[in-house]
Amino acid sequence: MKLVTAVIKPFVLEDVKNALEKLGVLGLTVTEVSGFGRQKGHTEVYRGAEYAVDFVPKIRVEVAVEDAVAERVVNAVVEAARTGKIGDGKVWVTGLETVVRVRTGERGSDAL
Amino acid sequence: MINTGDTAWVLAGAALVMLMTPGLAFFYGGMVRSKSVLNMLMMNFICLAIIGVLWTLYGYSWAFGNDAFGGLVGGDEFAGLGKTIGHMVGAAASGPPPVPWPGPDALPALAFVMFQLMFAVITPALISGAIADRTKFLSWALFVILWATIVYFPVAHWVFSFDGFTGVNSHGGWIANTLKAEDFAGGTAVHINAGSAGFALALVLGRRKGWPRDHIRPHNLPFVLLGASLLWFGWYGFNAGSALSASDLAGVAFTNTTVATCSAVLGWLLVEQLRDGKPTTLGAASGAVAGLVAITPACGFVSPLGGIAIGLIAGAVCALSVSVKYKFGFDDSLDVVGVHLVGGLIGTLLIGFFGTKNVNPAALGDDGLFYGGGLTQLGRQAIAAFAVMGYSFLVALVIGMVIKHTIGFRVDPEEETSGIDEAEHAESGYDFSALGAMATSGLAHYNLGGADKVGAATSSTGAKED
Repeated sequence: MKLVTAVIKPFVLEDVKNALEKLGVLGLTVTEVSGFGRQKGHTEVYRGAEYAVDFVPKIRVEVAVEDAVAERVVNAVVEAARTGKIGDGKVWVTGLETVVRVRTGERGSDAL
Repeated sequence: MINTGDTAWVLAGAALVMLMTPGLAFFYGGMVRSKSVLNMLMMNFICLAIIGVLWTLYGYSWAFGNDAFGGLVGGDEFAGLGKTIGHMVGAAASGPPPVPWPGPDALPALAFVMFQLMFAVITPALISGAIADRTKFLSWALFVILWATIVYFPVAHWVFSFDGFTGVNSHGGWIANTLKAEDFAGGTAVHINAGSAGFALALVLGRRKGWPRDHIRPHNLPFVLLGASLLWFGWYGFNAGSALSASDLAGVAFTNTTVATCSAVLGWLLVEQLRDGKPTTLGAASGAVAGLVAITPACGFVSPLGGIAIGLIAGAVCALSVSVKYKFGFDDSLDVVGVHLVGGLIGTLLIGFFGTKNVNPAALGDDGLFYGGGLTQLGRQAIAAFAVMGYSFLVALVIGMVIKHTIGFRVDPEEETSGIDEAEHAESGYDFSALGAMATSGLAHYNLGGADKVGAATSSTGAKED
């Protein structure tokens, strides 16, 4: 099993979710996060005083999937999240040792 | 004889002005960080409580009692609001007193007492913005008591107390009657007064930790705009109510209050558009307040076009002057100096240019420079403005230093970092966290009057339930 993690722009979340549903992904977890990459932050002005805001709000999407579909999931996320502008985010894949469904105690692929 | 229309308007005006203090609380409260919002609201709200009592005990009497000494302070005949129930105040601002006093358009004394109370409440509240995020609450309460007593009540007498108004032979303050400077609703007594005291306290307390390097951003700009809008609404009572009559003059003041505020918003936003490239919400709210401040002294003496000019100038100049604190390094946190002191000076001085008896034939002063009155009135306006500014600054500085070196004026640096709401009020303004309820470990202590610690009882009951 693989854990696909994507940090994306907040407004593409809907597209990413739809793309994953189309692939048959049954669940995902979404978190609001802040950070910076090459996009850096932005500036805000309050009564003429300029502040540099270093961290940009992003959304982190996590999906646990079977090894066989991981590559397709990554491609779907990348396609749905791409605007072509700086700050589109990153997607990475890590291995998952164990997954347990809390309600039933099922393990491994059955728990996904 | 009591004029019922006038009385109704003054009572309604008093309620409008009352609303300004909570409005100001939200205007300021939105500008501080989320960890200080309750303290900011409370610094304003406590003024309603404290001044309401002081005003009854001696404040009204010191402001509007028959002059006790050189036009500087009123006597104590109205202490405890004696001689107000069933009594009247009335006309006689100019010329010989109408016979029989108080004339055909008198007000019940207590309607006037309550109207003026609300001015006395908001003036110290305005000061709080200069020392946001770092002030010990008890020290602030003590400052409010002392400053109102030594500064506001006497200065209200200087500016607002007219000869023959609260009694047939009563004498008022020196600025209104001897100097004949014009201040319709409190550019000097309220705004210059508060702005100048705010400057003194910003110096006494010193900068907030991390200022100006750290991001100290407004935590709730919708609050700021909401508060500014409530201020604008309440200000109709402040300015048009100061006509003390449901009259043409009230209409003039109402109109000027409106047009000056509108043009001040435009003036402030224009500066931002040209300087920063973006008009901001905070700028619009601040511009509105700057315009309201500047038109306060002038609203009963200038034409609507004069009002537009005063607002435009105030909006633009205040937008530029809020940056001065960075140049000189004093942390006037929410720009009480840049908006209230500067705005108050602009409005008070511009009466010397735009003031005209065409608008208000009963005015005691002369026409301004643009109406052929020469420099006389401008000179009087300047004397009034600088007298109030100097007196308020000096006394606030002395009171501030005394408090600082006795009971202390600032919270500990650690408390300032962790948040003044928690340190001074044992509360937090917001609970947005899903963990909120779980993050507390339940009821620890419940005061039922005795010293029993219910915490122990709770845990033993808890054990039984398990």
